[in-house]
Amino acid sequence: MTDGAMTEDLLRELAPQVLGILVRRHGQFEECEDAVQEAVLAASAQWPADGVPENPRGWLLTVASRRLIDQFRASHARREREVTAASREPDPPAGPADEAPAADDSLLLLFLCCHPALTPASQTALTLRAVGGLTTAEIARAFLVPEATMAARISRAKQLIRSAGSRFSRPAGDELNERLRVVLHVLYLIFNEGYTASSGTSLHRGDLAGEAIRLARMVHRQLPEDGEVAGLLALMLLTDSRRATRTGPEGELIPLADQDRDRWDAGLIAAGTELIAAAMARSPLGPYQLQAAIAATHASAARPEDTDWQQVHTLYKILERIEPNPMVTLNRAVALAETSGPRAGLALLAELAADNRVAGHHRLHAVRAHLLEKAGDLAAAQQEYRLAARLTASRAEQRYLESRARRLGPG
Amino acid sequence: MKFLLIMHMNPAVWNALTPEEQAEVGAGHGAFMDTITASGEMITTQALADPSQSVVVRVRGGQPAVTDGPYLEAKEHLGGFYLIDCESKERAIELAAMIPDASVEGLGIEVRPVMFMDGQLAI
Repeated sequence: MTDGAMTEDLLRELAPQVLGILVRRHGQFEECEDAVQEAVLAASAQWPADGVPENPRGWLLTVASRRLIDQFRASHARREREVTAASREPDPPAGPADEAPAADDSLLLLFLCCHPALTPASQTALTLRAVGGLTTAEIARAFLVPEATMAARISRAKQLIRSAGSRFSRPAGDELNERLRVVLHVLYLIFNEGYTASSGTSLHRGDLAGEAIRLARMVHRQLPEDGEVAGLLALMLLTDSRRATRTGPEGELIPLADQDRDRWDAGLIAAGTELIAAAMARSPLGPYQLQAAIAATHASAARPEDTDWQQVHTLYKILERIEPNPMVTLNRAVALAETSGPRAGLALLAELAADNRVAGHHRLHAVRAHLLEKAGDLAAAQQEYRLAARLTASRAEQRYLESRARRLGPG
Repeated sequence: MKFLLIMHMNPAVWNALTPEEQAEVGAGHGAFMDTITASGEMITTQALADPSQSVVVRVRGGQPAVTDGPYLEAKEHLGGFYLIDCESKERAIELAAMIPDASVEGLGIEVRPVMFMDGQLAI
């Protein structure tokens, strides 16, 4: 590992710990977060050149505390100029003694960053910065937007959190579950953003999948009894096990049935399968556990024809019942076509055509094309592939759908 | 999700506006830029010069030929655009409605999704 990469890993581990300590001391999440970001930037410039300090967390804490004092003084001076009334100098931060971080600070930070007043894009960006320890520039690169855009988004997110009056404390009862659901959704979005990035051309986006797994592991360590946390982590590991095989050398998408299963990561599959089996045995079922169980079912098939489609179909059916969603029904149609024939799958799709949430969506047409092809209605399949290709905004999907259409002959 | 908010300019419509109305549109763009910059949704914006300044390049048999038009005669032309990154198509439409041109009779804003390179399979 290079010095730079080692510094990066260390910073990602330490940044939320230092932020937790500062927020506990001073409150004022917004200012503390800015101070930690500056300390992280300073460290990523200095440590690879000068070596990692003996007590890296103490170093970060000292630098961030100094920045924070500077900020307090500046805003104090501003206030002094504005109102002549004497106001008390804020308490200087306690010395940068290396106080131990509270065990669940990172979790509290996650709850704060995933505040329901924010849009998912803002929750995602703020989580990556405050809990993930990434710099604004890194986050901007991962989401393919200019750094100024990302900086504005993060700063707006922090203002919203402040005006919503959110506190750095563990939510209780129903609110805890509610907030945890948002946290898991944000981690899921971060994972997907990285996972769907085709390898090679967008290395930095791919890193997001690893970052999401790291954060999910952290939440799982703190809430080991929660079945959905374990389910999400298992889903990520099982999905990630196929990462190397999901695209070809030109970045073209390769469907599950055509992937080289020998190259699936057996270690990740074993870890994910064990995690999901244990979670399902002791926790009430939830959507992430079910999706992980479906991924585990696919992962356990040595060849596509060994897939237990009956089980996949049953799992989708339960998922559909506890969280009705047309995309789940679409996936169930694929499984149903395997167990009961393509016409049965097509009949299920026909029910979906009236659902506005999915009627004009490329996925509906892509799945219909696939099932029509299986049913031998090649002309109609080709038409549906072409329609799906026009409707998607993803270039990679479009190429795939066009190639399927071409395979069915000219016309 | 990234969208291009496209402003199609119609000189006949624009020239029929009073100077006050034109100034109002200009000020509205300033306010709109401030709004989407502060929200972290702005990627970039450009206004384009009059199409009378454009040339068209065609390479035939390896030889480039440079001519005016033929887009010169069109009633509408591409006047400018905002490239934004926002939460959803609904939000893009909401933002497009805030662009002053959208409220001018005879003009409108086209909301066009930007293709992205990545993807996953539906099946």
